[in-house]
Amino acid sequence: MTANEKKELGMLACKVRMGVVTATHAAKSGHPGGSLSAAELFTYLYFKEMKVDPANPAWADRDRFVLSKGHTAPGLYAALALRGFFPVGELETLRHIGSRLQGHPNMNETPGVDMSTGSLGQGVSCAAGMALSAKYMKKDLRVYTLLGDGEIEEGQVWEALMFAHHHKLDNLCVIVDNNGLQIDGRIEDVMSPYPIPDKLKAFGLHVVEIDGTDFEQMEAAFAEAKATKGVPTAIVMKTTKGKGVSFMEDKAGWHGKAPNDEEYAQAMSELNAALAEWEAK
Amino acid sequence: MAELKKIATRDSYGNALAELGKEHEDVIVFDADLSGATKTSVFKKAFPDRHFNCGIAEGNMLAVAAGAAAMGLVPFASTFAMFAAGRAFEQVRNSIGYPHLNVKIGATHGGISVGEDGASHQCCEDFATMRSIPGMVVLCPSDDVEAKAAVKAAYEHKGPVYMRFGRLAVPVFHEEGMKFEIGRGELLRDGRDVAIIATGLMSYEALKAAEALAEKGIDARVVNLCTIKPLDEELVVRAAADCGKVITCEEHSVIGGLGEAVCALLGEKCPVPVRRIGVNDEFGHSGPAGKLLEQFGLSAAHIVEVAEDFCR
Repeated sequence: MTANEKKELGMLACKVRMGVVTATHAAKSGHPGGSLSAAELFTYLYFKEMKVDPANPAWADRDRFVLSKGHTAPGLYAALALRGFFPVGELETLRHIGSRLQGHPNMNETPGVDMSTGSLGQGVSCAAGMALSAKYMKKDLRVYTLLGDGEIEEGQVWEALMFAHHHKLDNLCVIVDNNGLQIDGRIEDVMSPYPIPDKLKAFGLHVVEIDGTDFEQMEAAFAEAKATKGVPTAIVMKTTKGKGVSFMEDKAGWHGKAPNDEEYAQAMSELNAALAEWEAK
Repeated sequence: MAELKKIATRDSYGNALAELGKEHEDVIVFDADLSGATKTSVFKKAFPDRHFNCGIAEGNMLAVAAGAAAMGLVPFASTFAMFAAGRAFEQVRNSIGYPHLNVKIGATHGGISVGEDGASHQCCEDFATMRSIPGMVVLCPSDDVEAKAAVKAAYEHKGPVYMRFGRLAVPVFHEEGMKFEIGRGELLRDGRDVAIIATGLMSYEALKAAEALAEKGIDARVVNLCTIKPLDEELVVRAAADCGKVITCEEHSVIGGLGEAVCALLGEKCPVPVRRIGVNDEFGHSGPAGKLLEQFGLSAAHIVEVAEDFCR
């Protein structure tokens, strides 16, 4: 990855974060914490990794992305808007009556959304169904799905992984956002899903562990996933919930709470400073 | 009535799937370790590369099917009614119903005619849960001919369809090549004294009951409703208006099924007295299917009793 590419992705991730903060502030509700922790991932997927065409969102041979942790829709929407699927200004309509941006992703309303999700544990199954179908249809495409670390407490996730391994879905890449927090607190206190990589390995997946803010590690992990044949790959990324907004970082309380006007102004000024820092690089 | 050939509608389902497979490459089938019982094994034998076992994980299977539909395929996902409409209700609601994906749910072993396995496997709540999902079509064919036609119609319909089939072999009373349309009921017998509106294996019982009632001087109309949702409102309202009395018959709880659907419609459009025959807010139990149906009042004899009392 060139320094320039890294810089561009870094700036875009800042803009994704601004989109998240702007949208949830305008909605007066929503889930900033887990959207911010996955900002680099959303950015990398839509600007580097995935084969998509904003001018033709329904392109049959595109790669697919299923946001299994559907409540972090603001992060997905911000990335889609920046990629050109719809105007960035539309982010401010999040959760409003008549908006195409529902509280959780809706594939029939929002251009670029490949699957309606929101009920945890189901998206990963849908992604597995897509990957299996792509193989049956002899389509050379990949399917990506992002899960929360709390989400993997759902039993269906493990049914889906068993299925994906059994059917040798090496065109499926499962990403776990290990930000360490869920609504009621730290995941190890609520009901620990740890050790996550060991469990995924036991289910037969090829597992790669990365720092979820490091684009170079992301690039290597996705390349490794593509090169891995016969089994699906899981990328477990260590992240910080609320990343990029100082007062939201690593606070379970910011799972599903919107910033007020004052908090919004502070968040935006921090993110603008971060953007300026990238620009200066 | 002449002795008719008997076939379980789950067999009709398996055979119809295999036929569909020949014509349409976009048909794929998912099962959850029950392919011998749901009869998707018939499809599997013909098209082994298009039949995918999901193991004993029904919630995952229904959401996997949603993913397949999102890719443009026409997946048929099968398990027992209890697990498709019960255990996997929320997957059907959120991953299939909400995005209105083109998934066909082939649910076998509906109702108490499951028999010996007992209450845990006798699903009498599937109409209720599936009806409550916006945009879901709910079908319950009455015999082999109608079941095969329903599977074909389900394939041609764009959107989610729930099909309920039975384990028990039931009389084949339709002529091959019958006309079938989703949302259209069928007038099996005209009559003016009371309208018997039935679905599934109760439709043939209703026909038998009407013959017995004719001997007692009661002229019963019989309507077969394979489509529970969307209801053939015109046919139901006309039956109520013409007869003034309606009896509904279903191998399902009297709560949330055909009976309540008919009552809701008539309450708004043509209020007439209605008697509901079904499973009366209780669980089933083990026993031979025939004996169970008799015991739970899901028989021609019981329909006759209710109709006689109703018309007195």
